[in-house]
Amino acid sequence: MKKYSEMLTTAVASVMALAMLAGCGETAATNSGSGADTNATAATEASAPADGAVFKIGAIGPLTGGAAAYGNAVCNAAELAVTEINANGGINGYQVEYSKEDDELNAEKSVNAYNTLKDWGMQMLVGSTTSACSIAVSEYTKADNMFQLTPSGSAEDCVKYDNVFRVCFSDPNQGIASAQYISDHNLATKVGIIYDSSDVYSNGIYQKFVEESEGKNYEIVSAEAFTQDNNTDFSVQLQKAKDAGADLVFLPIYYKDASLILTQANTMGYKPTFFGVDGLDGILTVDNFDASLAEGVMLLTPFAADAKDDLTVKFVTAYQDKYGEIPNQFAADAYDAVYIIKQAIEAKNLTPDMSTSDLCEAIKGAMTEIEAAGLTSSKMTWDASGEPNKEPKAVVIKDGAYVSAQ
Amino acid sequence: MKKHDNFITYGIVIAAYVIFQVLSATGHLSSHMKGLLVPMTYYAVIAVALNLCVGILGELSIGHCGFMCIGAFTSAFFSKLTENTLPAAPRFVIAFIIGVAFAALFGFLIGIPVLRLKGDYLAIVTLAFGEIIKNVINAFYIGVDSNGFHFSMKNSMELGMEKDGNLIVNGAMGITGTPHDSNFTVAIVVLLIALFVVQNLVKSRDGRAIMAVRDNYIAAEATGINVTGYKMMAFVISAAIAGAAGVLFSHNITTLTASSQYFGYNASIMILVYVVLGGIGNIRGSVIAACVLYLLPELLRGLNTYRMLIYSIVLIVMMIVNWSPKVIEWRKRVFGGRKAQNAT
Amino acid sequence: MSFLTYLISGLSLGSIYAIIALGYTMVYGIAKMLNFAHGDFIMVGCYIIFSVSGALSGNSLVGIIVAIILCTLLGITTEFVAYRPLRGASSPLAVLITAIGVSYFLENVALLIFGADIKSFTSVIKWEGLSFADGQLRIQGVTIVTILVSLLVLLVLQTFIKRTKQGQAMLAVAEDKGAAALMGINVNQTIMLTFAIGSALAAIAGALLCSAYPSLSPYTGAMPGIKAFVAAVLGGIGSIPGAMIGGLLLGIVEILSKTYISSQLSDAIVFGILVIVLLVKPTGIMGKVIQEKV
Repeated sequence: MKKYSEMLTTAVASVMALAMLAGCGETAATNSGSGADTNATAATEASAPADGAVFKIGAIGPLTGGAAAYGNAVCNAAELAVTEINANGGINGYQVEYSKEDDELNAEKSVNAYNTLKDWGMQMLVGSTTSACSIAVSEYTKADNMFQLTPSGSAEDCVKYDNVFRVCFSDPNQGIASAQYISDHNLATKVGIIYDSSDVYSNGIYQKFVEESEGKNYEIVSAEAFTQDNNTDFSVQLQKAKDAGADLVFLPIYYKDASLILTQANTMGYKPTFFGVDGLDGILTVDNFDASLAEGVMLLTPFAADAKDDLTVKFVTAYQDKYGEIPNQFAADAYDAVYIIKQAIEAKNLTPDMSTSDLCEAIKGAMTEIEAAGLTSSKMTWDASGEPNKEPKAVVIKDGAYVSAQ
Repeated sequence: MKKHDNFITYGIVIAAYVIFQVLSATGHLSSHMKGLLVPMTYYAVIAVALNLCVGILGELSIGHCGFMCIGAFTSAFFSKLTENTLPAAPRFVIAFIIGVAFAALFGFLIGIPVLRLKGDYLAIVTLAFGEIIKNVINAFYIGVDSNGFHFSMKNSMELGMEKDGNLIVNGAMGITGTPHDSNFTVAIVVLLIALFVVQNLVKSRDGRAIMAVRDNYIAAEATGINVTGYKMMAFVISAAIAGAAGVLFSHNITTLTASSQYFGYNASIMILVYVVLGGIGNIRGSVIAACVLYLLPELLRGLNTYRMLIYSIVLIVMMIVNWSPKVIEWRKRVFGGRKAQNAT
Repeated sequence: MSFLTYLISGLSLGSIYAIIALGYTMVYGIAKMLNFAHGDFIMVGCYIIFSVSGALSGNSLVGIIVAIILCTLLGITTEFVAYRPLRGASSPLAVLITAIGVSYFLENVALLIFGADIKSFTSVIKWEGLSFADGQLRIQGVTIVTILVSLLVLLVLQTFIKRTKQGQAMLAVAEDKGAAALMGINVNQTIMLTFAIGSALAAIAGALLCSAYPSLSPYTGAMPGIKAFVAAVLGGIGSIPGAMIGGLLLGIVEILSKTYISSQLSDAIVFGILVIVLLVKPTGIMGKVIQEKV
C-alpha cells in the first residue's frame, strides 16, 4: 500500500511537471502575440491583410454547464458579427480576429478566461456574459486599461469603472422600467412578485422595482423568494400572491424557473397577468413546453426574434443558418456590441497598431459621442458612466409568438 | 510517515514557488498561468484541510466549503469595512485572523452536534450545514452609515440607511470590491503554515490519538483517550484551515457571492476528489493532486465538456483500485513479492 | 382555509419525498450503504420516460414500464460494477465516495446526451384531482396517486420482507452479512435484489416527481434526492413506514416554513430540523436502536 502510494505520488508529480512544461510552452507560443499589441509588428499574423495588423476582439461566457445557453448565444453572435465585418472589409480596412473562452458561470474561471485571451493578444473584450463574472473581470481590465463592453452583464457594479460599458439595460433600470410600464399602462392594482433570492440579477431588479413602486398606482401585495436549491415547488409563492389578490405577478427571473411557475399557476387555476423582464426571453424555446401556458405573458425585452425590420430578419436568418437555433436577446446584445466597437473605432479612426491602453482611452471617448443603431434599439447613446440610454420594448406572447405590446 | 518526509513536502512547495517566481520574473509565464497560481494554492490549502478531516480523523465531510465560505465572508467583510482606514498589510493580517477564527468557531459549534454522529450520518449533516451556511449568508444584508451598522434578513431597502451609507453585504449579490490583497507569495505562506500545522499534528501525540480514534473507536476509548476531545480538535483545525483558504479566495476575486459553484455541495465534492486522488491520509498527495487537477482543465480548456465525466470515472476507479479488498489482494500477489519499481 | 391550502401543498411535496425516501431507506436498510446516486436514478428514469413517451407520441404507460426495466438494470449494473467490489473495504467511506462518483457520472452522462437546457415533462397522470368548497381547496390528481402508490409500495414491501423467503434473507443480511452467509444465504444475490427493487422504485418516483413538477434537467434528481434522504433519516433510516411518515412530514414542514417563516430560508430550516432530530433522537421517529458494531 505504502509503496503503491509512493508510485502514485511520483506519477502525479510527473504529470504536474508536464503541466508546468505545458504552461511554459504556451507562454512561448503566445509571447509574440502579446508583443504585437504594443509594437504592432507585421510579424505577428501572416494571414492578415494590407499592412498586416488586425484588431483582436475576445468574448467570454459560460459555454458549458447550466448557463451554457447564454454564453453560447453571446459567443456565437459575436463571432457572426466579426465574420460579417471581415467579409465587408473589416474595421477601417483592418481585419478582425476573434476568440472566445469558457467561464462556466464562475467568476474565478472568468478571470482565467480573460488572462487566456490577453495572452492571445486581445485588445477589446466583449464580455463577460453574466454579471458576477463581468464584475470580477472588470477589476483586471481596469488594471490593464483594456476596453470592455459587456453585452449582458446587467448588475449595477458591472460598469463601475470608466473603461467598462454595457449594451443591455442595467438591473435597476429594468426594475424602474417595469414599474413605469405597469403603472403607465394601468396593468394592475395589486402586484405580486416572485424572485430568485440566490441570484444577483433577479435580486437587483426586484430591489429596484420595489423602491420604484412607491407612490405608483398599484401596490405590492406579496414578495416571495425562492433559491436555486429550492426551485421545484412554487405553490407557496403563487398561493400567497393569489390570496393577496394580486392581478399581476412580476417575475424578474430566468425562463427556466418561470416555465415551472406558469405550469403550477395553471394547475392551481390562478390566472393573473405575468410580467417579466429580459431573462424570460427563451421561455418559448423550452423543449416540450406547452406554449398556451405562456399566453398573455408580457415581458420587457430589447429584442424579439420575430420582429420584421431588415436588421433583425437578416441577423436571425444568418444566425439560424450558422448555428441552427433562433437567437435570443443575449445574442442580439453581443451582436450589437461588436458593431458598437466597430463604430467607436471608426469614429476615432483608430488602428490596431496602437497599444491596448491607447485604444481603450480613444474608444472610451468615442462611446460618449456615438449614436448606435442595432438590434436591441434603433438609437443607443452612452454617457461616461457606461450605461446605455435606450427605449425599453415590451412584448406580449400571443399564439406562441412575441407581439409588440404597444 | 518518516521524519524527512515532511521536509520533502515543504521542499516541493518552496521549489514550485521559486520556479514559478523565476519564470514570472523572467517573463516566461503567461498572464493566464499567473492568474492560476493563487487559486491553485488555495485549493491546495483546502484539500489539506479536508484531508485532515477525512484521512486523519476518518470522518467524511461533504460540507467543507461551508467553512471556506465563512472564512471568505467574515474576512472580506472586515477588509471592505476598513478599506479606507487601514493600510493593506495589517488589514490583511487582521482579516486573515478574523476569517480563520470565525471558521474555527463555526467548526466548533458545528462539531458539537456533528461529531456525536458517525459515518453516513456525519456526512449528511456536514452537507446539511454547508447548505445552511450558504442559504443563510444569501439572506444577509448588512450596511454601515453614520448611525452605525444596519442589519436585515429581508432586503436592502429594510436597512433604512442614510445617504452616506455603504452597503457591505448585499444578500445574494454578496460582497463586491474586496481589496485585492492576496498574491502568490501570501498564498504559499498560508499553504506552508497549513502544512506545518497538519504535519506536526499528525506526528504528535495528539495526532496518534486522533488516528487511534479513527482506526478503532472503542479500543481508543478503552485506552483512556478522550475521543470527543480529539475529534473536536482535528475538526476545528480542519475548519480553521478551510477558513484560511476562504480568506485567500475572497481577497483574490473581487466579487464574493455565496453561490453553489464556489461553496455548494458540488464544490465540496470537488475538493473531496482532490483528496481521494492524492491519497486519503496523504497530505503531500492532496497538495499535488489539487494543483494538478486545478491546472489540467485550465490548460486543456477544450476538454471542458468531458471534464466532470472524466473526474467521476476516475473517482470510481480510484476508489475500487485503492480500497477493494479483492484488488488489494491481487495487487499484493502481483507486486508484493518484488521490490516496488518506479512506475515512471 | 388558507392554512388548509398550504397543508395540502405540503402533502403534495411530502408525498413525492415519501416515495423517493422509500427507495432510499430500502437500500440503506438492507445493504447498509447510502446510495447517493438514488436521486440520479430518478433523473435517469425521468429521461427514459420523456424519450420513450416522446417517441411513442405520448404513450406514457409504455414509457414507465421501459423506465422501470432500464432503471432496474442500471441499479443491478451499478451495484455489480461500483459497489460490490468495495464490500468489506476497510473504510466505510470508500463505498460512500464511490456512490458520489456514480451520482456525478450519471449527471454528466445525461448532460452530454440531453444538454443542460430544461425539458418540460408531460404529466403521466391525466386526472385533475379533487376539489372542495367551490374549488377553493384543491388536491391534485398526482398528489392522490402518489400517496396511494406510496401506500401500495409500503404494503407490498412490508409483505415481501415479512412473508417471502427472499424478504427474510434480506432481513438476515441486514442483521449480519457473515452469519447470513453461513446460513446459506447468497449475500451478493440478496443485495443485488435489494438494488433492483430500489431502482425500480426510483423509476416510479421519477414518473411521479416529474408529473408533479414538470421540469426535467440533469440535476432534477439531486436536490429532491438529498431532501428525501433527510426525510428517510427523519423517519428513522431503514424503517419503511418511517420513510413514508418522514417524507410527508418533511414536505409539510418545508411548505409551512416557506409560508410562515421565510421563503428564502426554508432550506436552512429543513436542514436545521434534520440536525436537531439527529441530536435528540438519532434513530429518527420510527427507527430502531442501532447496535454499536465493534
